[in-house]
Amino acid sequence: MPASLAASPVRPRGGLLAATLPASIFLVLALLPVVTSVTGSTYLISLGSRVMIFAIAAVALDLLVGYAALISFGHAAFIGLGAYAVGILSAYGFTDALVSLPVALAVSAAYAFLTGLVCLRTKGVYFIMITLAFGQMAFFTASSLAPFGGDDGLTIAARNTLAGFPVLRNERAFYYIVFFCLLSTYLFCRALVASRFGRVVRGAKENPVRVSTLGFDVYRFQLATYVIAGALAGLSGFLLANAAEFVSPAYMSWQRSGELIVMVLLGGLASLDGAVIGTAAYLLTEEWLSAFTENWKVIFGPVLVLIVLFARGGLLGLTSALARRFMRA
Amino acid sequence: MPEPMLRLQKLRKSFGALVVTDDLTLDVMPRELHAVIGPNGAGKTTLINQISGLIAPDSGTVLFSGRDITGMPVDARARLGLARSFQVSSVLPRFSALENVALAVQSRSGSSFRFLGRAAEEAALNGPAMAALGDVGLAERAHVPAGKLAHGEKRALELAIALAMEPKVLLLDEPMAGTGREETARLIAVLRRLKGRFSVVLVEHDMTAVFALADRISVLLYGRILASGVAAAVRADPRVVAAYLGDEME
Repeated sequence: MPASLAASPVRPRGGLLAATLPASIFLVLALLPVVTSVTGSTYLISLGSRVMIFAIAAVALDLLVGYAALISFGHAAFIGLGAYAVGILSAYGFTDALVSLPVALAVSAAYAFLTGLVCLRTKGVYFIMITLAFGQMAFFTASSLAPFGGDDGLTIAARNTLAGFPVLRNERAFYYIVFFCLLSTYLFCRALVASRFGRVVRGAKENPVRVSTLGFDVYRFQLATYVIAGALAGLSGFLLANAAEFVSPAYMSWQRSGELIVMVLLGGLASLDGAVIGTAAYLLTEEWLSAFTENWKVIFGPVLVLIVLFARGGLLGLTSALARRFMRA
Repeated sequence: MPEPMLRLQKLRKSFGALVVTDDLTLDVMPRELHAVIGPNGAGKTTLINQISGLIAPDSGTVLFSGRDITGMPVDARARLGLARSFQVSSVLPRFSALENVALAVQSRSGSSFRFLGRAAEEAALNGPAMAALGDVGLAERAHVPAGKLAHGEKRALELAIALAMEPKVLLLDEPMAGTGREETARLIAVLRRLKGRFSVVLVEHDMTAVFALADRISVLLYGRILASGVAAAVRADPRVVAAYLGDEME
Protein backbone atom coordinates (compact mmCIF):
# COMPACT_ATOMS: atom_id res chain seq x y z
CA MET A 1 0.00 0.00 0.00
CA PRO A 2 1.49 3.38 -0.98
CA ALA A 3 2.20 5.51 2.07
CA SER A 4 0.79 8.65 0.46
CA LEU A 5 -2.63 7.02 0.14
CA ALA A 6 -2.72 5.94 3.73
CA ALA A 7 -2.16 9.42 5.06
CA SER A 8 -4.21 11.60 2.75
CA PRO A 9 -7.72 12.37 3.95
CA VAL A 10 -10.71 12.83 1.70
CA ARG A 11 -11.19 16.46 0.82
CA PRO A 12 -14.43 17.76 -0.56
CA ARG A 13 -13.87 18.78 -4.12
CA GLY A 14 -15.51 21.83 -5.57
CA GLY A 15 -12.56 23.93 -6.59
CA LEU A 16 -12.15 27.62 -6.38
CA LEU A 17 -15.83 28.45 -6.28
CA ALA A 18 -16.46 26.38 -3.16
CA ALA A 19 -13.83 28.30 -1.23
CA THR A 20 -14.35 31.82 -2.53
CA LEU A 21 -18.14 31.90 -2.71
CA PRO A 22 -18.92 31.94 1.02
CA ALA A 23 -16.08 34.41 1.56
CA SER A 24 -17.52 36.78 -1.03
CA ILE A 25 -21.08 36.43 0.29
CA PHE A 26 -20.01 37.43 3.77
CA LEU A 27 -17.72 40.16 2.47
CA VAL A 28 -20.62 41.76 0.59
CA LEU A 29 -22.83 41.47 3.66
CA ALA A 30 -20.13 42.98 5.87
CA LEU A 31 -19.58 45.93 3.57
CA LEU A 32 -23.23 46.74 2.85
CA PRO A 33 -23.62 49.26 5.71
CA VAL A 34 -20.40 51.01 4.63
CA VAL A 35 -21.85 51.47 1.15
CA THR A 36 -25.20 52.66 2.41
CA SER A 37 -23.57 55.13 4.78
CA VAL A 38 -22.86 57.19 1.66
CA THR A 39 -26.52 57.42 0.74
CA GLY A 40 -27.60 57.79 4.33
CA SER A 41 -30.67 55.60 3.87
CA THR A 42 -31.41 52.82 6.32
CA TYR A 43 -33.76 51.04 3.94
CA LEU A 44 -31.07 48.74 2.55
CA ILE A 45 -29.73 48.03 6.01
CA SER A 46 -33.05 46.84 7.36
CA LEU A 47 -33.65 44.85 4.18
CA GLY A 48 -30.21 43.29 4.60
CA SER A 49 -30.94 42.42 8.24
CA ARG A 50 -34.20 40.81 7.19
CA VAL A 51 -32.45 38.71 4.54
CA MET A 52 -29.81 37.55 7.01
CA ILE A 53 -32.40 36.73 9.68
CA PHE A 54 -34.24 34.42 7.31
CA ALA A 55 -30.93 33.07 6.03
CA ILE A 56 -30.21 31.78 9.55
CA ALA A 57 -33.45 29.79 9.48
CA ALA A 58 -32.78 28.64 5.92
CA VAL A 59 -29.26 27.42 6.76
CA ALA A 60 -30.77 25.48 9.67
CA LEU A 61 -33.42 24.03 7.37
CA ASP A 62 -30.73 23.01 4.90
CA LEU A 63 -29.19 20.91 7.68
CA LEU A 64 -32.45 18.97 7.81
CA VAL A 65 -33.51 18.89 4.17
CA GLY A 66 -30.14 18.92 2.47
CA TYR A 67 -27.97 16.86 4.79
CA ALA A 68 -30.42 14.61 6.59
CA ALA A 69 -33.19 14.29 3.95
CA LEU A 70 -35.70 15.31 6.61
CA ILE A 71 -38.18 17.52 4.78
CA SER A 72 -39.61 19.58 7.59
CA PHE A 73 -42.73 21.48 6.64
CA GLY A 74 -43.06 23.09 10.04
CA HIS A 75 -39.80 24.98 10.30
CA ALA A 76 -41.51 28.36 10.66
CA ALA A 77 -43.01 27.23 13.96
CA PHE A 78 -39.56 27.42 15.56
CA ILE A 79 -39.03 30.94 14.23
CA GLY A 80 -42.40 31.87 15.70
CA LEU A 81 -41.55 30.31 19.06
CA GLY A 82 -38.32 32.28 19.24
CA ALA A 83 -40.19 35.46 18.31
CA TYR A 84 -42.99 34.86 20.81
CA ALA A 85 -40.44 34.26 23.54
CA VAL A 86 -39.19 37.81 22.96
CA GLY A 87 -42.73 39.24 22.70
CA ILE A 88 -44.19 37.56 25.75
CA LEU A 89 -41.13 38.18 27.92
CA SER A 90 -41.12 41.86 27.04
CA ALA A 91 -44.85 42.05 27.84
CA TYR A 92 -43.85 40.96 31.33
CA GLY A 93 -41.00 43.42 31.49
CA PHE A 94 -38.10 41.13 30.66
CA THR A 95 -36.52 43.16 27.92
CA ASP A 96 -32.90 42.11 27.98
CA ALA A 97 -31.46 39.80 25.35
CA LEU A 98 -29.48 37.98 28.03
CA VAL A 99 -32.83 36.66 29.22
CA SER A 100 -34.87 36.50 26.05
CA LEU A 101 -32.25 34.92 23.78
CA PRO A 102 -31.59 31.85 25.97
CA VAL A 103 -35.34 31.46 26.50
CA ALA A 104 -35.99 31.75 22.75
CA LEU A 105 -33.37 29.08 22.04
CA ALA A 106 -34.54 26.81 24.84
CA VAL A 107 -38.22 27.01 23.91
CA SER A 108 -37.65 26.27 20.24
CA ALA A 109 -35.18 23.49 21.06
CA ALA A 110 -37.65 21.97 23.52
CA TYR A 111 -40.47 22.07 20.99
CA ALA A 112 -38.14 20.49 18.41
CA PHE A 113 -37.19 17.77 20.88
CA LEU A 114 -40.76 16.92 21.90
CA THR A 115 -42.21 16.99 18.38
CA GLY A 116 -39.09 15.36 16.93
CA LEU A 117 -39.57 12.37 19.23
CA VAL A 118 -42.82 11.71 17.37
CA CYS A 119 -42.06 13.06 13.88
CA LEU A 120 -38.85 11.08 13.43
CA ARG A 121 -40.71 7.82 13.95
CA THR A 122 -42.19 8.46 10.50
CA LYS A 123 -40.59 8.58 7.07
CA GLY A 124 -41.02 10.40 3.78
CA VAL A 125 -44.41 11.94 3.11
CA TYR A 126 -45.62 11.11 6.61
CA PHE A 127 -42.73 13.09 8.06
CA ILE A 128 -43.69 16.08 5.91
CA MET A 129 -47.32 15.83 7.01
CA ILE A 130 -46.61 15.45 10.69
CA THR A 131 -44.12 18.32 10.82
CA LEU A 132 -46.77 20.39 9.02
CA ALA A 133 -49.31 19.35 11.64
CA PHE A 134 -47.06 20.34 14.54
CA GLY A 135 -46.29 23.61 12.78
CA GLN A 136 -49.98 24.36 12.43
CA MET A 137 -50.52 23.40 16.05
CA ALA A 138 -48.07 26.12 17.09
CA PHE A 139 -49.73 28.53 14.66
CA PHE A 140 -53.23 27.98 16.03
CA THR A 141 -52.01 28.09 19.60
CA ALA A 142 -50.41 31.49 18.95
CA SER A 143 -53.57 32.69 17.17
CA SER A 144 -55.65 31.86 20.21
CA LEU A 145 -53.35 33.57 22.71
CA ALA A 146 -55.84 36.38 23.46
CA PRO A 147 -53.69 38.05 26.14
CA PHE A 148 -50.88 38.32 23.61
CA GLY A 149 -52.83 39.73 20.69
CA GLY A 150 -54.26 36.50 19.28
CA ASP A 151 -54.66 36.75 15.51
CA ASP A 152 -53.53 40.35 15.45
CA GLY A 153 -50.14 39.67 16.95
CA LEU A 154 -48.29 41.45 19.64
CA THR A 155 -46.45 44.74 19.44
CA ILE A 156 -43.17 44.91 21.31
CA ALA A 157 -42.64 48.24 23.07
CA ALA A 158 -38.96 48.43 22.22
CA ARG A 159 -36.14 46.24 21.02
CA ASN A 160 -34.30 44.19 23.63
CA THR A 161 -31.37 45.66 25.41
CA LEU A 162 -28.11 43.77 25.51
CA ALA A 163 -26.74 43.60 29.05
CA GLY A 164 -28.57 46.84 29.69
CA PHE A 165 -27.27 48.69 26.61
CA PRO A 166 -29.70 49.63 23.85
CA VAL A 167 -27.33 48.50 21.07
CA LEU A 168 -30.04 46.63 19.15
CA ARG A 169 -31.89 49.91 18.70
CA ASN A 170 -29.17 51.28 16.47
CA GLU A 171 -30.01 50.04 12.96
CA ARG A 172 -26.37 49.64 11.99
CA ALA A 173 -25.34 47.90 15.20
CA PHE A 174 -28.34 45.62 14.90
CA TYR A 175 -27.27 44.78 11.35
CA TYR A 176 -23.85 43.68 12.55
CA ILE A 177 -25.31 41.64 15.38
CA VAL A 178 -27.48 39.81 12.86
CA PHE A 179 -24.43 39.44 10.62
CA PHE A 180 -22.48 37.92 13.49
CA CYS A 181 -25.34 35.49 14.23
CA LEU A 182 -25.55 34.40 10.60
CA LEU A 183 -21.79 33.98 10.30
CA SER A 184 -21.67 31.92 13.51
CA THR A 185 -24.60 29.80 12.38
CA TYR A 186 -22.98 29.22 9.03
CA LEU A 187 -19.58 28.30 10.49
CA PHE A 188 -21.15 26.06 13.11
CA CYS A 189 -23.21 24.18 10.52
CA ARG A 190 -20.19 23.95 8.22
CA ALA A 191 -18.21 22.31 11.02
CA LEU A 192 -21.17 20.15 12.01
CA VAL A 193 -21.62 18.49 8.63
CA ALA A 194 -17.91 17.64 8.42
CA SER A 195 -17.75 16.28 11.97
CA ARG A 196 -18.15 12.71 13.13
CA PHE A 197 -21.74 13.53 13.97
CA GLY A 198 -22.35 15.05 10.55
CA ARG A 199 -20.87 12.06 8.82
CA VAL A 200 -23.33 9.72 10.51
CA VAL A 201 -26.22 12.03 9.58
CA ARG A 202 -25.05 12.29 5.96
CA GLY A 203 -24.59 8.54 5.81
CA ALA A 204 -28.08 7.96 7.14
CA LYS A 205 -29.43 10.22 4.40
CA GLU A 206 -27.99 7.87 1.80
CA ASN A 207 -28.85 4.58 3.45
CA PRO A 208 -30.29 4.55 6.97
CA VAL A 209 -30.43 0.75 7.19
CA ARG A 210 -26.78 0.44 6.31
CA VAL A 211 -25.80 3.04 8.88
CA SER A 212 -27.80 1.30 11.60
CA THR A 213 -26.10 -2.02 10.82
CA LEU A 214 -22.81 -0.20 11.43
CA GLY A 215 -23.92 0.33 15.02
CA PHE A 216 -25.44 3.81 14.91
CA ASP A 217 -28.83 4.58 16.38
CA VAL A 218 -29.94 6.74 13.44
CA TYR A 219 -32.98 8.05 15.32
CA ARG A 220 -30.86 9.70 18.02
CA PHE A 221 -28.63 11.39 15.47
CA GLN A 222 -31.61 12.69 13.53
CA LEU A 223 -33.30 13.89 16.69
CA ALA A 224 -30.19 15.83 17.69
CA THR A 225 -30.06 17.39 14.21
CA TYR A 226 -33.73 18.32 14.47
CA VAL A 227 -33.18 20.01 17.84
CA ILE A 228 -30.15 21.93 16.56
CA ALA A 229 -32.06 23.13 13.50
CA GLY A 230 -35.01 24.08 15.71
CA ALA A 231 -32.84 26.08 18.09
CA LEU A 232 -31.17 27.94 15.21
CA ALA A 233 -34.59 28.80 13.80
CA GLY A 234 -35.42 30.07 17.30
CA LEU A 235 -32.39 32.36 17.04
CA SER A 236 -33.78 33.64 13.76
CA GLY A 237 -37.12 34.24 15.49
CA PHE A 238 -35.45 36.13 18.32
CA LEU A 239 -33.84 38.46 15.78
CA LEU A 240 -37.01 38.76 13.70
CA ALA A 241 -39.09 39.87 16.68
CA ASN A 242 -36.48 42.49 17.49
CA ALA A 243 -36.19 43.65 13.90
CA ALA A 244 -39.94 44.09 13.49
CA GLU A 245 -40.71 45.03 17.09
CA PHE A 246 -43.76 42.90 16.54
CA VAL A 247 -44.70 39.22 16.61
CA SER A 248 -47.58 37.57 14.84
CA PRO A 249 -48.93 34.06 14.34
CA ALA A 250 -48.21 34.59 10.64
CA TYR A 251 -44.54 33.94 11.43
CA MET A 252 -45.52 30.32 12.05
CA SER A 253 -47.89 29.77 9.15
CA TRP A 254 -47.36 26.82 6.86
CA GLN A 255 -46.93 29.27 3.97
CA ARG A 256 -43.87 30.61 5.74
CA SER A 257 -42.53 27.07 6.21
CA GLY A 258 -43.09 26.50 2.51
CA GLU A 259 -41.25 29.70 1.63
CA LEU A 260 -38.27 28.54 3.66
CA ILE A 261 -38.17 25.26 1.73
CA VAL A 262 -38.34 27.27 -1.50
CA MET A 263 -35.45 29.46 -0.35
CA VAL A 264 -33.28 26.42 0.31
CA LEU A 265 -34.23 24.72 -2.97
CA LEU A 266 -33.77 27.94 -4.91
CA GLY A 267 -30.23 28.37 -3.67
CA GLY A 268 -29.25 24.72 -3.92
CA LEU A 269 -29.60 21.91 -1.39
CA ALA A 270 -26.90 20.62 0.92
CA SER A 271 -24.39 23.40 0.50
CA LEU A 272 -25.29 25.93 3.24
CA ASP A 273 -24.04 28.68 0.87
CA GLY A 274 -27.04 27.89 -1.27
CA ALA A 275 -29.41 28.53 1.63
CA VAL A 276 -27.98 32.03 2.10
CA ILE A 277 -28.06 32.80 -1.62
CA GLY A 278 -31.56 31.36 -2.00
CA THR A 279 -32.89 33.44 0.88
CA ALA A 280 -31.38 36.60 -0.57
CA ALA A 281 -32.68 35.79 -4.04
CA TYR A 282 -36.17 35.02 -2.76
CA LEU A 283 -36.58 38.04 -0.50
CA LEU A 284 -34.96 40.52 -2.88
CA THR A 285 -37.07 39.28 -5.79
CA GLU A 286 -40.13 39.57 -3.61
CA GLU A 287 -39.15 43.11 -2.67
CA TRP A 288 -38.41 44.08 -6.24
CA LEU A 289 -41.38 42.43 -7.97
CA SER A 290 -43.87 43.56 -5.36
CA ALA A 291 -42.94 47.14 -6.21
CA PHE A 292 -44.41 46.54 -9.67
CA THR A 293 -47.44 44.48 -8.84
CA GLU A 294 -49.28 43.07 -5.92
CA ASN A 295 -49.56 39.76 -7.75
CA TRP A 296 -45.82 39.26 -7.94
CA LYS A 297 -46.15 35.57 -7.18
CA VAL A 298 -47.71 35.08 -10.62
CA ILE A 299 -44.32 35.96 -12.07
CA PHE A 300 -42.22 34.37 -9.36
CA GLY A 301 -44.02 31.02 -9.50
CA PRO A 302 -43.10 30.14 -13.09
CA VAL A 303 -39.52 31.35 -12.60
CA LEU A 304 -39.21 28.99 -9.68
CA VAL A 305 -40.60 26.09 -11.70
CA LEU A 306 -38.06 26.81 -14.44
CA ILE A 307 -35.20 26.84 -11.95
CA VAL A 308 -36.26 23.57 -10.39
CA LEU A 309 -36.72 21.98 -13.82
CA PHE A 310 -33.61 23.23 -15.55
CA ALA A 311 -31.16 24.09 -12.82
CA ARG A 312 -30.95 21.12 -10.52
CA GLY A 313 -28.85 22.28 -7.65
CA GLY A 314 -30.53 25.69 -7.67
CA LEU A 315 -28.81 28.99 -8.26
CA LEU A 316 -25.59 27.63 -6.79
CA GLY A 317 -25.58 24.68 -9.19
CA LEU A 318 -26.31 27.07 -12.05
CA THR A 319 -23.44 29.37 -11.08
CA SER A 320 -20.88 26.61 -10.76
CA ALA A 321 -21.98 25.09 -14.09
CA LEU A 322 -21.53 28.48 -15.75
CA ALA A 323 -18.22 29.01 -13.96
CA ARG A 324 -16.92 25.68 -15.20
CA ARG A 325 -17.94 26.52 -18.76
CA PHE A 326 -16.28 29.90 -18.45
CA MET A 327 -13.04 28.44 -17.06
CA ARG A 328 -12.82 25.95 -19.90
CA ALA A 329 -13.38 28.58 -22.59
CA MET B 1 -17.08 -28.06 24.46
CA PRO B 2 -16.88 -24.28 24.29
CA GLU B 3 -19.94 -22.10 24.34
CA PRO B 4 -21.27 -21.30 20.87
CA MET B 5 -20.67 -17.74 19.66
CA LEU B 6 -24.08 -17.63 18.10
CA ARG B 7 -26.99 -19.88 18.96
CA LEU B 8 -30.34 -19.87 17.21
CA GLN B 9 -33.05 -21.70 19.11
CA LYS B 10 -36.34 -22.78 17.58
CA LEU B 11 -36.43 -19.71 15.38
CA ARG B 12 -39.67 -19.29 13.48
CA LYS B 13 -40.80 -16.64 11.04
CA SER B 14 -43.65 -16.59 8.57
CA PHE B 15 -44.84 -14.02 6.08
CA GLY B 16 -48.57 -14.63 5.94
CA ALA B 17 -49.07 -18.31 5.15
CA LEU B 18 -45.50 -18.74 3.99
CA VAL B 19 -43.22 -20.16 6.65
CA VAL B 20 -39.71 -18.91 5.83
CA THR B 21 -37.96 -20.01 8.99
CA ASP B 22 -39.35 -23.17 10.45
CA ASP B 23 -38.26 -24.19 13.94
CA LEU B 24 -34.66 -23.56 13.09
CA THR B 25 -31.90 -24.36 15.57
CA LEU B 26 -28.28 -23.71 14.76
CA ASP B 27 -25.01 -23.20 16.63
CA VAL B 28 -22.03 -21.28 15.32
CA MET B 29 -18.85 -21.95 17.26
CA PRO B 30 -16.11 -19.41 18.00
CA ARG B 31 -13.84 -18.85 14.99
CA GLU B 32 -15.88 -21.25 12.91
CA LEU B 33 -16.83 -20.48 9.34
CA HIS B 34 -20.32 -21.87 8.99
CA ALA B 35 -21.80 -21.89 5.52
CA VAL B 36 -25.55 -21.86 4.97
CA ILE B 37 -26.56 -23.11 1.56
CA GLY B 38 -29.85 -23.91 -0.05
CA PRO B 39 -31.91 -23.17 -3.15
CA ASN B 40 -33.45 -19.76 -3.83
CA GLY B 41 -36.33 -19.09 -1.49
CA ALA B 42 -35.00 -21.40 1.20
CA GLY B 43 -34.99 -18.49 3.63
CA LYS B 44 -31.29 -17.73 3.81
CA THR B 45 -31.45 -13.95 3.66
CA THR B 46 -34.42 -13.89 6.04
CA LEU B 47 -32.30 -15.89 8.44
CA ILE B 48 -29.41 -13.39 8.19
CA ASN B 49 -31.89 -10.55 8.70
CA GLN B 50 -33.19 -12.18 11.88
CA ILE B 51 -29.69 -12.62 13.23
CA SER B 52 -28.67 -9.03 12.43
CA GLY B 53 -31.96 -7.70 13.74
CA LEU B 54 -33.56 -6.23 10.61
CA ILE B 55 -36.44 -8.70 10.94
CA ALA B 56 -37.92 -9.91 14.23
CA PRO B 57 -38.65 -13.64 14.47
CA ASP B 58 -42.20 -14.69 15.41
CA SER B 59 -40.79 -16.94 18.09
CA GLY B 60 -37.53 -18.49 19.22
CA THR B 61 -34.37 -16.87 20.49
CA VAL B 62 -31.07 -15.59 19.18
CA LEU B 63 -28.20 -15.92 21.64
CA PHE B 64 -24.95 -14.05 21.11
CA SER B 65 -22.16 -15.33 23.36
CA GLY B 66 -24.85 -16.77 25.59
CA ARG B 67 -26.71 -13.47 25.78
CA ASP B 68 -30.31 -13.22 24.53
CA ILE B 69 -30.36 -10.54 21.81
CA THR B 70 -33.70 -11.47 20.24
CA GLY B 71 -35.32 -8.13 21.04
CA MET B 72 -32.25 -5.96 20.59
CA PRO B 73 -32.25 -3.30 17.87
CA VAL B 74 -29.93 -3.54 14.87
CA ASP B 75 -27.51 -0.85 15.97
CA ALA B 76 -27.06 -2.29 19.46
CA ARG B 77 -26.29 -5.73 17.99
CA ALA B 78 -23.73 -4.13 15.70
CA ARG B 79 -22.07 -2.51 18.70
CA LEU B 80 -21.84 -5.92 20.39
CA GLY B 81 -19.79 -7.15 17.45
CA LEU B 82 -22.27 -8.48 14.94
CA ALA B 83 -21.32 -7.21 11.49
CA ARG B 84 -22.97 -8.05 8.21
CA SER B 85 -22.72 -7.56 4.49
CA PHE B 86 -25.68 -7.33 2.15
CA GLN B 87 -26.61 -9.48 -0.81
CA VAL B 88 -27.36 -6.36 -2.84
CA SER B 89 -24.41 -4.04 -2.37
CA SER B 90 -25.41 -1.58 0.26
CA VAL B 91 -22.59 0.90 0.40
CA LEU B 92 -23.07 4.66 0.72
CA PRO B 93 -22.77 5.67 -2.93
CA ARG B 94 -21.72 9.30 -2.46
CA PHE B 95 -19.17 8.56 0.22
CA SER B 96 -15.71 7.60 -0.95
CA ALA B 97 -14.65 4.00 -0.37
CA LEU B 98 -12.43 5.22 2.44
CA GLU B 99 -15.22 7.20 4.07
CA ASN B 100 -17.54 4.19 3.91
CA VAL B 101 -15.04 2.16 5.87
CA ALA B 102 -14.04 5.06 8.15
CA LEU B 103 -17.68 5.37 9.20
CA ALA B 104 -17.59 1.73 10.27
CA VAL B 105 -14.37 2.37 12.22
CA GLN B 106 -16.03 5.40 13.80
CA SER B 107 -18.82 3.25 15.22
CA ARG B 108 -16.41 1.46 17.52
CA SER B 109 -13.95 4.24 18.25
CA GLY B 110 -15.39 6.63 20.78
CA SER B 111 -18.50 8.75 20.67
CA SER B 112 -19.91 9.98 17.40
CA PHE B 113 -21.74 12.80 19.15
CA ARG B 114 -18.83 15.07 18.28
CA PHE B 115 -19.94 18.21 16.55
CA LEU B 116 -16.57 19.77 15.80
CA GLY B 117 -13.40 18.51 14.21
CA ARG B 118 -13.18 17.19 10.67
CA ALA B 119 -13.95 13.48 10.67
CA ALA B 120 -12.37 13.09 7.24
CA GLU B 121 -8.99 14.11 8.64
CA GLU B 122 -8.93 11.92 11.73
CA ALA B 123 -5.96 9.59 11.45
CA ALA B 124 -7.51 7.35 14.12
CA LEU B 125 -10.34 6.65 11.68
CA ASN B 126 -8.50 6.72 8.35
CA GLY B 127 -5.66 4.45 9.48
CA PRO B 128 -7.73 1.36 10.33
CA ALA B 129 -10.00 2.12 7.38
CA MET B 130 -7.07 2.08 4.96
CA ALA B 131 -5.87 -1.16 6.55
CA ALA B 132 -9.27 -2.79 5.94
CA LEU B 133 -9.29 -1.54 2.36
CA GLY B 134 -5.81 -2.96 1.96
CA ASP B 135 -7.04 -6.33 3.27
CA VAL B 136 -9.54 -6.61 0.43
CA GLY B 137 -7.27 -5.08 -2.22
CA LEU B 138 -9.03 -1.75 -2.55
CA ALA B 139 -6.32 0.56 -1.21
CA GLU B 140 -5.76 2.15 -4.60
CA ARG B 141 -9.43 2.98 -4.96
CA ALA B 142 -9.83 4.57 -1.53
CA HIS B 143 -10.84 8.00 -2.81
CA VAL B 144 -13.31 6.90 -5.47
CA PRO B 145 -16.97 7.48 -4.60
CA ALA B 146 -18.42 4.08 -3.71
CA GLY B 147 -21.21 4.50 -6.24
CA LYS B 148 -18.61 4.65 -9.03
CA LEU B 149 -16.85 1.40 -8.09
CA ALA B 150 -17.21 -1.65 -10.29
CA HIS B 151 -19.55 -4.38 -9.05
CA GLY B 152 -16.76 -6.63 -7.80
CA GLU B 153 -15.13 -3.70 -6.04
CA LYS B 154 -18.39 -2.90 -4.28
CA ARG B 155 -18.50 -6.50 -3.03
CA ALA B 156 -14.96 -6.11 -1.73
CA LEU B 157 -15.92 -2.80 -0.11
CA GLU B 158 -18.85 -4.48 1.64
CA LEU B 159 -16.37 -6.89 3.09
CA ALA B 160 -13.95 -4.12 4.12
CA ILE B 161 -16.77 -2.28 5.92
CA ALA B 162 -17.65 -5.42 7.85
CA LEU B 163 -14.01 -6.08 8.70
CA ALA B 164 -13.49 -2.54 9.93
CA MET B 165 -16.08 -3.18 12.60
CA GLU B 166 -13.75 -5.81 14.09
CA PRO B 167 -16.68 -8.17 14.48
CA LYS B 168 -17.01 -11.16 16.74
CA VAL B 169 -19.50 -12.64 14.31
CA LEU B 170 -19.56 -11.74 10.65
CA LEU B 171 -22.68 -12.41 8.60
CA LEU B 172 -21.95 -12.56 4.89
CA ASP B 173 -24.99 -12.63 2.64
CA GLU B 174 -23.81 -13.92 -0.73
CA PRO B 175 -20.58 -11.93 -0.85
CA MET B 176 -19.78 -13.43 -4.25
CA ALA B 177 -23.16 -12.62 -5.83
CA GLY B 178 -22.68 -11.45 -9.38
CA THR B 179 -18.88 -11.37 -9.33
CA GLY B 180 -16.74 -12.82 -12.10
CA ARG B 181 -14.55 -15.87 -11.76
CA GLU B 182 -11.41 -13.88 -11.03
CA GLU B 183 -13.05 -11.67 -8.44
CA THR B 184 -14.61 -14.69 -6.78
CA ALA B 185 -11.16 -16.27 -6.50
CA ARG B 186 -9.81 -13.08 -4.98
CA LEU B 187 -12.65 -12.81 -2.44
CA ILE B 188 -12.14 -16.48 -1.50
CA ALA B 189 -8.45 -15.77 -0.91
CA VAL B 190 -9.33 -12.79 1.27
CA LEU B 191 -11.83 -14.81 3.32
CA ARG B 192 -9.41 -17.69 3.67
CA ARG B 193 -6.86 -15.30 5.13
CA LEU B 194 -9.38 -13.86 7.58
CA LYS B 195 -10.79 -17.22 8.58
CA GLY B 196 -10.24 -18.10 12.21
CA ARG B 197 -10.14 -14.50 13.42
CA PHE B 198 -13.86 -14.55 14.22
CA SER B 199 -17.00 -16.58 13.56
CA VAL B 200 -18.49 -16.27 10.11
CA VAL B 201 -21.91 -17.21 8.83
CA LEU B 202 -21.56 -17.43 5.08
CA VAL B 203 -24.62 -17.60 2.87
CA GLU B 204 -23.41 -18.40 -0.62
CA HIS B 205 -24.50 -20.01 -3.86
CA ASP B 206 -21.02 -20.45 -5.19
CA MET B 207 -20.18 -24.03 -4.18
CA THR B 208 -16.49 -23.64 -4.99
CA ALA B 209 -16.36 -20.90 -2.39
CA VAL B 210 -18.41 -22.83 0.14
CA PHE B 211 -16.33 -26.01 -0.07
CA ALA B 212 -13.09 -24.05 -0.08
CA LEU B 213 -13.96 -22.09 3.05
CA ALA B 214 -16.53 -23.78 5.25
CA ASP B 215 -15.71 -25.68 8.43
CA ARG B 216 -19.30 -26.79 8.66
CA ILE B 217 -22.22 -26.50 6.30
CA SER B 218 -25.93 -26.32 6.99
CA VAL B 219 -28.35 -26.96 4.17
CA LEU B 220 -31.55 -24.96 4.34
CA LEU B 221 -34.73 -26.06 2.57
CA TYR B 222 -38.13 -24.44 3.04
CA GLY B 223 -36.89 -22.74 6.19
CA ARG B 224 -35.72 -25.97 7.80
CA ILE B 225 -32.25 -27.36 8.28
CA LEU B 226 -32.08 -30.40 6.07
CA ALA B 227 -28.58 -31.41 7.07
CA SER B 228 -25.76 -29.92 9.05
CA GLY B 229 -22.19 -31.06 9.53
CA VAL B 230 -18.65 -30.98 8.22
CA ALA B 231 -18.29 -30.30 4.52
CA ALA B 232 -17.53 -33.84 3.39
CA ALA B 233 -20.47 -35.36 5.28
CA VAL B 234 -22.94 -32.84 3.93
CA ARG B 235 -21.66 -33.31 0.42
CA ALA B 236 -22.23 -37.05 0.64
CA ASP B 237 -25.67 -36.83 2.26
CA PRO B 238 -28.13 -38.31 -0.26
CA ARG B 239 -30.96 -36.01 0.89
CA VAL B 240 -28.80 -32.97 0.21
CA VAL B 241 -27.76 -34.22 -3.19
CA ALA B 242 -31.38 -34.89 -4.10
CA ALA B 243 -32.69 -31.57 -2.82
CA TYR B 244 -30.01 -29.18 -3.85
CA LEU B 245 -26.51 -30.20 -4.73
CA GLY B 246 -27.57 -32.49 -7.53
CA ASP B 247 -28.19 -29.62 -9.91
CA GLU B 248 -25.35 -27.49 -8.64
CA MET B 249 -22.65 -30.11 -8.93
CA GLU B 250 -23.19 -30.94 -12.59
